[in-house]
Amino acid sequence: MKTKWKQFSVLPGFSLTLGFTIFYLSLFVLLPLSAVFLKTATMDWGALWAAVTDPRVLASYKLSFGAACIAALMNVVFGLLVAWVLVRYSFPGKRVIDGLVDLPFALPTAVAGIALTAIYSENGLVGHYLQSLGIKVAFTPLGIIVALTFIGLPFVVRTVQPVLEDLDTHVEEAAASLGATGWQTFRRVILPELYPALLTGFALAFARALGEYGSVVFISGNMPMYTEITPLLIMSKLEQFDYAGATALAAVMLLASFVLLLFINLIQWRTGRRYAVKG
Amino acid sequence: MMAALTLGGCFGSSKEAGGALTGGDSSAKETVQILNVSYDPTRELYQEYDKAFSAYWKKKTGQTVNIKQSHGGSGKQARAVIDGLDADVVTLALAYDIDAIQKKGLLKENWQKILPSNSSPYTSTIVFLVRKGNPKSIKDWDDLAKPGVSVITPNPKTSGGARWNYLAAWGYALKKQGGDENRAKEFVTKIIKNVPVLDSGARGATTTFVERGIGDVLITWENDALLAVNKLGKGNFEIVNPSLSILAEPPVAVVDKVVDKRGTREISEEYLKYLYSEEGQEIAAKNYYRPESKTVAAKYEKQFPKINTFTIDELFGGWEQAQKTHFSDGGVFDQIYKP
Repeated sequence: MKTKWKQFSVLPGFSLTLGFTIFYLSLFVLLPLSAVFLKTATMDWGALWAAVTDPRVLASYKLSFGAACIAALMNVVFGLLVAWVLVRYSFPGKRVIDGLVDLPFALPTAVAGIALTAIYSENGLVGHYLQSLGIKVAFTPLGIIVALTFIGLPFVVRTVQPVLEDLDTHVEEAAASLGATGWQTFRRVILPELYPALLTGFALAFARALGEYGSVVFISGNMPMYTEITPLLIMSKLEQFDYAGATALAAVMLLASFVLLLFINLIQWRTGRRYAVKG
Repeated sequence: MMAALTLGGCFGSSKEAGGALTGGDSSAKETVQILNVSYDPTRELYQEYDKAFSAYWKKKTGQTVNIKQSHGGSGKQARAVIDGLDADVVTLALAYDIDAIQKKGLLKENWQKILPSNSSPYTSTIVFLVRKGNPKSIKDWDDLAKPGVSVITPNPKTSGGARWNYLAAWGYALKKQGGDENRAKEFVTKIIKNVPVLDSGARGATTTFVERGIGDVLITWENDALLAVNKLGKGNFEIVNPSLSILAEPPVAVVDKVVDKRGTREISEEYLKYLYSEEGQEIAAKNYYRPESKTVAAKYEKQFPKINTFTIDELFGGWEQAQKTHFSDGGVFDQIYKP
């Protein structure tokens, strides 16, 4: 099928809006991001390579990407649970809980970091008990995962919630009348519908966690090779007025995140199409 | 109306004054505004000092001065000035940070020679904060290197304050062991191995020690230690003075490019000079910084016991050199930490 680049729409002003979109994106997204690469370009290849492959930096990539991935996965599971409860049940105080979900968006991340550290450190409310079980949270990679899970939760809840609301309960009733168990219905009927939204939620939570700095520096303890995230190393380079070195690390993170997000978008697009054709 | 005022206060401050003052003789104007870009722990000090200076300037010239303060990590503040924040004066934690601004051509090369005592109107030193009763009986730097002692200090790669701590320990070992660099490195490595948490900034480390109850000893600036003892946790902490420490000299300087552009040179210079006056020194001492003035120092003798100190210039050949050897990527600190 041939498609024209501009399709007829009843809404006017396509070229105007496109122009505005590109202008706006350039001003607020592309221009600042290109500055990262321009600054990096002031380094020669040898220095650039040495800066981005330093063992300490490599350890921080592993931690940043690994912790962000685990946190996003946790949010997929528990975010779905929260969204499910909020959509399917009514109980007193539901509105309040619904509002609470957005709190990690509004809270300054440093405040979140300090609060989480206070709770999860050895003499904290929760950390005290975990400590007696031999689990250390604050100042370990586990603490970083806790912080990243906290700040990423709203993304999954808010992307899954509307899809769940639109889900037709008749389909589930039909499945039940055909003899499906609750788990079968969930796995075969509901989950496929939620899949694209869950992926979006995952991608958003993951992306947010990758760039997170404020809350993590408080709970991580910032031990070299162990709990240093990449954004902290960027800050430490800036502290030495090494702008090029800092932007080199930033560029690596930017490229890696972009490739990952593109990949997730691709999966999402494919699953979306598959179910669209089926349905 | 309120919103407009706040917005003006946040964003318009320097521009607005700059517009009114450019090219003009500052004393001819009714009000003048200057911006002091400083680092975190001086917030209370400059709140008090600014009031005193405004009164003094009003009496002297009849002019009303409106002083804006900006606080943050010292390195971060220096970068803000480099990136174009119109600071009339900078009052930072290390000469290295002002040197970085100087390299961009915003200051004269000899900036540190303009005011007395290396342009540091007040000084401080590095001391230890321990828990009440000093349960691990910590007396000197050697105790910090012992196994089983948990030491809290921030990460020198992200905190200017932590660099002082590190160099203080290094200098102690160096002097004690007849200048043997290798043994000094061994000694500092032992201390760093005792650090369970490296906070990103000095205030974060204080919180870890005071609020979270982690660690047996906090290495910190004397002014922060006095603050912790007197305000944060009365009776819960004690200060231990090591036998030898480093003389911390937080320097101040007028940013030439900015004051010449804004026509605020005269008042900015006077603002820094007045820090050396009796009144300025008294305010510094009240806010736990060691005063330069002998008479004020005598008055606050109890608060500031005599400690033997060395300077960065003496042992490390200045900040530039210390930074290069110890804290740049691949430097001694990184070597200590690499497995």
